[in-house]
Amino acid sequence: MAESDRTTRRQFLATAGGAALGAVSLVHVGPVHATPDTMKAAIRDIVNGAAVRPGKVKLDVPPLVENGNTVPLTVTVTSPMSDADHVVSIHIFNEKNPQPNVGNFYISPRAGRAQIAMRIRLADTQTLTAIAKLSDGSFWSATADVVVTLAACTEEAT
Amino acid sequence: MASALINVPATARRGDIIEIKTLMSHIMETGFRHTVTGEAIPRNIITNFTCRYNGDEVFRADLFPAFSANPFISFFTVATESGKFEFQWIGDNGFQETASASITVT
Repeated sequence: MAESDRTTRRQFLATAGGAALGAVSLVHVGPVHATPDTMKAAIRDIVNGAAVRPGKVKLDVPPLVENGNTVPLTVTVTSPMSDADHVVSIHIFNEKNPQPNVGNFYISPRAGRAQIAMRIRLADTQTLTAIAKLSDGSFWSATADVVVTLAACTEEAT
Repeated sequence: MASALINVPATARRGDIIEIKTLMSHIMETGFRHTVTGEAIPRNIITNFTCRYNGDEVFRADLFPAFSANPFISFFTVATESGKFEFQWIGDNGFQETASASITVT
């Protein structure tokens, strides 16, 4: 992992807990979280080995959100949306939620405009990635950094 | 009770690009949460959303637990003819809801 040179509080506590409790706790140490690696794997499943180029896609999301339970998100792809040149699908990924996928959206030239909006959950401060598949088979992407102060997804239910 | 909120313009000119907004009331339980006593809460989400315009599919989405509760989705389509938009949400535990909206295209 690229981050291994600086120990976070979570890593420290996990290591300390593991040392104290032995092998049993090792099962416990890894929280169910997607990582940039699992996000890359999820992206690979979608693009199937094709090259993903940055550009054409715009990912609108607030840079700082107070509540990770409802984060407004808009993805716009620059495309004429003609029969010959249109967006086929839009895929959104995250790095640190329990699962790397957020949503897959399938559109056609009948959409007229390649833009979708939704509200999503974010479990942590992280980078989002949106990937668009065009009718010529090429993939384009955009990323956005989001700082989250109240995390979603894994909090205790009351 | 499940219920849908749909926003489709009542009228449009032929060829206009119109925005459609949809919201379905649903808990969207992620399956990653635990109760205070440590029991896992099973996943209960909407997994698929489809919009048909006079029978033709114009928009489809796969949803994951990262969607907020009461999933809101907005998208665009070209107003081609008067008729009906049909929306369908499918989810865990046999969840299935439909809604529709009419449009007059001049």
